[in-house]
Amino acid sequence: MSPRPCIEFLWWEGCPSTEKALELLREAMTTEGLDPDAVTMREVPTADDAERERFVGSPTIRVGGREVAPAEHEPVGLTCRVYRLRDGRVSPTPDPRDIRDAIRLATK
Amino acid sequence: MNIGDTAPPFELPATDGTTQGPGATPTAVVFTCNHCPYALAWHERLLDVARDYAGRGVHVLFVNPNDAERYPRDSFEAMRERVEADGGWPAHYLRDESQDVARGFGAKTTPDVFVLDEGGVLRYRGAPDADYDDASQSAAWLRGALDALLEGRDPEPVETEPVGCSVKWSQ
Repeated sequence: MSPRPCIEFLWWEGCPSTEKALELLREAMTTEGLDPDAVTMREVPTADDAERERFVGSPTIRVGGREVAPAEHEPVGLTCRVYRLRDGRVSPTPDPRDIRDAIRLATK
Repeated sequence: MNIGDTAPPFELPATDGTTQGPGATPTAVVFTCNHCPYALAWHERLLDVARDYAGRGVHVLFVNPNDAERYPRDSFEAMRERVEADGGWPAHYLRDESQDVARGFGAKTTPDVFVLDEGGVLRYRGAPDADYDDASQSAAWLRGALDALLEGRDPEPVETEPVGCSVKWSQ
């Protein structure tokens, strides 16, 4: 039986990307055979919280503790996160394929 | 600021060392920034508008009002570096350090678009188009507003909901 990874969704209220990103995440979880409601929602309300979480922007999605789109050189802070889609475009939400790949990796 | 109001006049420093503000021609004032994914997603479309309407007497001004202390990527220096790295923009990129211009306009997000007629009256306010994620939209609402002004009509729509990151006010 495949492991059930912990899926965390970190968000900041100042960014409007939350709803769409959560929808993308739940679609990917359904596609990969996971319960789409099994998401741990974690609000990041303050700069101190962002520092503690190494939060580089909203939304941040972690699957089994790993970011779906690692951003090692991004500054920590309360902001909207910049994602790069696989076709090169900038987006406020991650590429759905990156989410699915992260889930597959964690459920191997 | 509401549709039909006269915009507060302003002059702000631009990345090219000049000082710029709305003139006696139709002007699109676009509040934007360096770090917001919505502003970045719409950026090329907005540059295309500046290019396409320059020959029609339209002035496009990009204004960055964000607090650079908390968001260093929006500092004046970072703005200059960005324009230089791009080899120049077809529009001026202005720094609203005091945030007075953003406050006076009532800017909410980056981007937030305000179209003024030649008398400085607000004729359109909102998003560049209906979807940041669809480049084929081509900033249609902004273009439509400019076309309307140039043809002596009222824009339709006159107002849409701005979409983007909140303006980062100084604390």
